[in-house]
Amino acid sequence: MIKFEGVSKTYGGFKAVDDVSFVAEAGRVTGFLGPNGAGKSTSMRIMVGLTPPDRGTSTIGGHNYADIPNPGRHVGVLLDASAQHAGRTGREVLALSALTMGLPESRVDEMLTLVGLTENESGRRVRNYSLGMRQRLGLANALIGDPSVLILDEPANGLDPAGIHWMRTLLRGYAERGGTVLLSSHLLHEVEMIADELVLIGRGRIVAQGTKAELLQTAGTFVKAESPEKLTAALGEAGIKASASGDGGFRAEVDPIDVGRVAAAAGVVLMELKPAEGAGLEELFLELTADDAREPVGTTGTTQQGAPA
Amino acid sequence: MSTTTALPDTLDVSQTPAVPLSRLIRVELRKMYDTRAGLWLLAIIGIVTTLAIVLFGVFAKDADKTFSNFSGFAATPQGFLLPVMAILLITQEWGQRTAMVTFTLEPHRSRILTAKVAAALVIGLGAYVLAMVVALLSALVLGGSGAFDDFSSLDLGTFGMLQILGILQGLGFGLVLLNSAAAIVLYFALPTIFGIIGGIWPAFADKAAWFDLGTAQTPLFDGAESLTGQEWTQLGVTAVIWVGIPLAVGTWRMLRAELK
Repeated sequence: MIKFEGVSKTYGGFKAVDDVSFVAEAGRVTGFLGPNGAGKSTSMRIMVGLTPPDRGTSTIGGHNYADIPNPGRHVGVLLDASAQHAGRTGREVLALSALTMGLPESRVDEMLTLVGLTENESGRRVRNYSLGMRQRLGLANALIGDPSVLILDEPANGLDPAGIHWMRTLLRGYAERGGTVLLSSHLLHEVEMIADELVLIGRGRIVAQGTKAELLQTAGTFVKAESPEKLTAALGEAGIKASASGDGGFRAEVDPIDVGRVAAAAGVVLMELKPAEGAGLEELFLELTADDAREPVGTTGTTQQGAPA
Repeated sequence: MSTTTALPDTLDVSQTPAVPLSRLIRVELRKMYDTRAGLWLLAIIGIVTTLAIVLFGVFAKDADKTFSNFSGFAATPQGFLLPVMAILLITQEWGQRTAMVTFTLEPHRSRILTAKVAAALVIGLGAYVLAMVVALLSALVLGGSGAFDDFSSLDLGTFGMLQILGILQGLGFGLVLLNSAAAIVLYFALPTIFGIIGGIWPAFADKAAWFDLGTAQTPLFDGAESLTGQEWTQLGVTAVIWVGIPLAVGTWRMLRAELK
């Protein structure tokens, strides 16, 4: 379990992490989601003791990271897949970690197999690796000590859809066996696919957190009428706010039965009436981070946060 | 890994021993030869050491072919190359950003630093032993009857001390700058800079032995037994300035440097 309590970190006048508190539970995959520069990487560096926080505490399983002996055996860390010596072979990168942790050389082969790097690929130097291969190597490096906690910064970055699917299966299985997984991403769809719990961060602050289901839940009704004008007029008279929601339909922040009653009383023919579907995390993400994003949101809908699936 | 029924909030670390220093030293040593660049540097140290001694044996006058001179001839190239090795041992972690991995596997940076210093000294010892063995063989094969007449154990100690000073200086420069190119350039530029200042300012040249490590070390090449008390003091003072202070400042920097 990873616990962050009131953690802040300021660089000059810039608040990289601002009073952040959250918990990543064991047995769950927690997604740490936010636009670039939101403070995800700084938070993760604080977790593993590479950056001292100005305020607050960060513990893993109740310990400060620095107090965990041979930490690679307990916490698997992948902070930057590119932070590997370009002149080493993939196999050598893992062999160095195995040697540090006191693991047998056979563990290297197991990890290479697990992440799908072939014998040939493992003998190549890291400078010749694609980003996707570096991510696989980085994941192997994080998993080699058989840790019970995983901290992964943008692990899906550079993976193809099949790779992301593979990672989902791997991390799900890992969490189901009781492991704690915290992974960050600036791409919503990656996190939506992999995580159970979400922590949304923007400009160093947490803007929302909860289970995926909780965050997806939106109250309200989607309604579509034969005559949209009559419907809006009737709803307006009844004091129900409705907003256009594509396809000539409307969204109202009340239950379907209330909209149905108003429509029936006004004699408006309805074509559709249903609870509003989850707007999708995409909308939520854009909405929550709109103030914090670097680009204005709303003009093209989905700009930098990744195209809809 | 824990079972699915009871997921503990705490991590039981009581059964995990810390990473022993000996293993960290082995890792640091391995990092020096597991890349082509590192392997070549070590190979060049070995080749140049051997070549310097053998060439001296071929071209020197017979009377000069003593064990002392043979080993002394290895000192110069090693004096250049071992500090470079020491610099790279530190700075490659920053240039390649592997320090991020190194420091997450061992968060106590002082232990990593200790392991690096130890690894550099082990490599220095290896170079020293190689120089001695080649010098001994050369003296036996190529040297005349009096090849060991000028032998002095003090010279062996001097040679070793120079290597250690060079290695520690390299480590210090690497730690202060955390950048391979800058540290190597500064390391080689300093003697030249002192030479230039001394050339245009004679008063500086007179006092150079008090702040230029190279000048202070010069008497050592003529044999440590000839050093005066003042020369030893100068050696000590310059060692503090160029080895002690960089090591102290560099250690302070490495222990705090933020990794991104």
